[in-house]
Amino acid sequence: MSRTVYDLIGLAAGIAFILALKGLSHPRTARRGNLIGAFGATLATLVVFFYVSPESSLPLNNLGWILGAIAVGLAIGVPAARKVAMTQMPQLVALFNGVGGGAAALVAIVEYLSLGTKASTAVVIFTVFTVIVGCVSFSGSIVTFLKLQELMTTRPVIFPAGRVVIAATLIAVIGVGGWVVAALGTTPLLVLAGLSLLFGVLFVLPVGGADVPIVISLLNAFTGLTVAASGYVLDSVLLIIAGTLVGASGTILTRLMAEAMGRSLFGTLFGAFTAKPQESGGASEERPVRSGSSDDVAILLNYARRVVIVPGFGLAVAQAQHTVRELADLMISKGIEVAYGIHPVAGRMPGHMNVLLAEANVPYDQLEEMDEINPTFSQTDVAIVIGANDVVNPAAETVPGCPIYGMPILKVSNASNVIFLKRSMRPGFAGIENELLYDPKTMLLFGDAKASLTKVVSALKAL
Amino acid sequence: MEPMAILSIFILAVFVGFEVVSKVSSTLHTPLMSGANAIHGVILVGAIIVADHSKTNLELGLSVAAIILATINMVGGFVVTDRMLEMFKGKAK
Repeated sequence: MSRTVYDLIGLAAGIAFILALKGLSHPRTARRGNLIGAFGATLATLVVFFYVSPESSLPLNNLGWILGAIAVGLAIGVPAARKVAMTQMPQLVALFNGVGGGAAALVAIVEYLSLGTKASTAVVIFTVFTVIVGCVSFSGSIVTFLKLQELMTTRPVIFPAGRVVIAATLIAVIGVGGWVVAALGTTPLLVLAGLSLLFGVLFVLPVGGADVPIVISLLNAFTGLTVAASGYVLDSVLLIIAGTLVGASGTILTRLMAEAMGRSLFGTLFGAFTAKPQESGGASEERPVRSGSSDDVAILLNYARRVVIVPGFGLAVAQAQHTVRELADLMISKGIEVAYGIHPVAGRMPGHMNVLLAEANVPYDQLEEMDEINPTFSQTDVAIVIGANDVVNPAAETVPGCPIYGMPILKVSNASNVIFLKRSMRPGFAGIENELLYDPKTMLLFGDAKASLTKVVSALKAL
Repeated sequence: MEPMAILSIFILAVFVGFEVVSKVSSTLHTPLMSGANAIHGVILVGAIIVADHSKTNLELGLSVAAIILATINMVGGFVVTDRMLEMFKGKAK
């Protein structure tokens, strides 16, 4: 295959990626867009088996190793993507992003090793960039994965002199990067990789749980840029186009997400440095709350005219989507007006809850977005909050300096009655106490969301 | 390749990237991020190229690792995005 044909096919793949991103931006074309992207990526991968570079002969060297490695990747990636519960999807995306960053860093390291002293200064600079950002993306994504999987604390991790340590690490990373460019050598490059991995961890640790999606999106954009830089090193137009597209669209997406959550990007990334340590909720847990039985809840619902259901991550964890729908159908049959209030970041990521409810066949027209539903809470008799906490926490409006301050919330406190279905008094993902739980018009129903809802349904049927 | 040509490609791709996603609704943020994530899995192409260039065992070992990671990123990314979007099928008004 000639270089021209190879480049033309690369261009076609690049166009496929543009169409993919375009398609993914609209609900009707999203699925097709994703398939176009997959087609482009497959095409680009197949073509490289027929043409690598003018010096290379066919078939590829190490072909067996290459095919074997792809088979291993398929054997890991496909089942992981197929089997993951929808509730755990965000951390899987984080993990996929991390391994992509790791791959880009490895590619740059290998190319550097094999070029040796033949590498031009420009190539070395791009290599250094790829290694730094790829490693940061890799280790940072692993930390976001651990946070989302709740294998580690979801609260911001702030250690003494954290700011100094992080700044020192960053300076060291840049310094060693300069050393690699000046001295050329394997050792400095490996030191650079190690320091960059460390910086990635330090960079993400202080980010609070609620802001993790924004960081994943940012690291995604980072990985895109590393792919573009390795495209320069490897002289591949396709990698430059694909990486730059992801870098640019990822940056915009990160900003849009931050806006949807009412956060400034700067505040998200550096807020933890300036935030004061929060008072622990220990003392306030002693305060009285009003907890009710499923019968109390059923009676309240039976005499309501309008009920708004606010689903959160707890609902998804309990797999209670279907029971919620049963309850909603029952209320509708009793002539009660029912709507779902969906916060943009309900669940763990923007749009996550829509995916989860769609899975349970909840009618799309009952789902209302935050801006539509908020003005109606004052005419709502009962708001049922199921496994949600941060997205209804009035602290976002009233407590400056708390980690979610400024995030738009669902104003359930304007409803005449609020029912919380919770497993325990444990605070939400952001780790902040919710004052609404202690409000006199709030009733709490403790227990697994699905079990509680099933009891409410049978109690309501009996009325 | 000519540095100017590369710079031009880079700048134009930045603008296209900004443009195509500038008006996406929050409902689609997660699938869009996931889809973009899968696209950068195309670093697999780069991993295959360096595997072909590899002369030492160290280089080969690192490129095999890169191929595995990149394949997971690319294939897993597209599959999980498709699963997410499947949920929206026929539900949109």
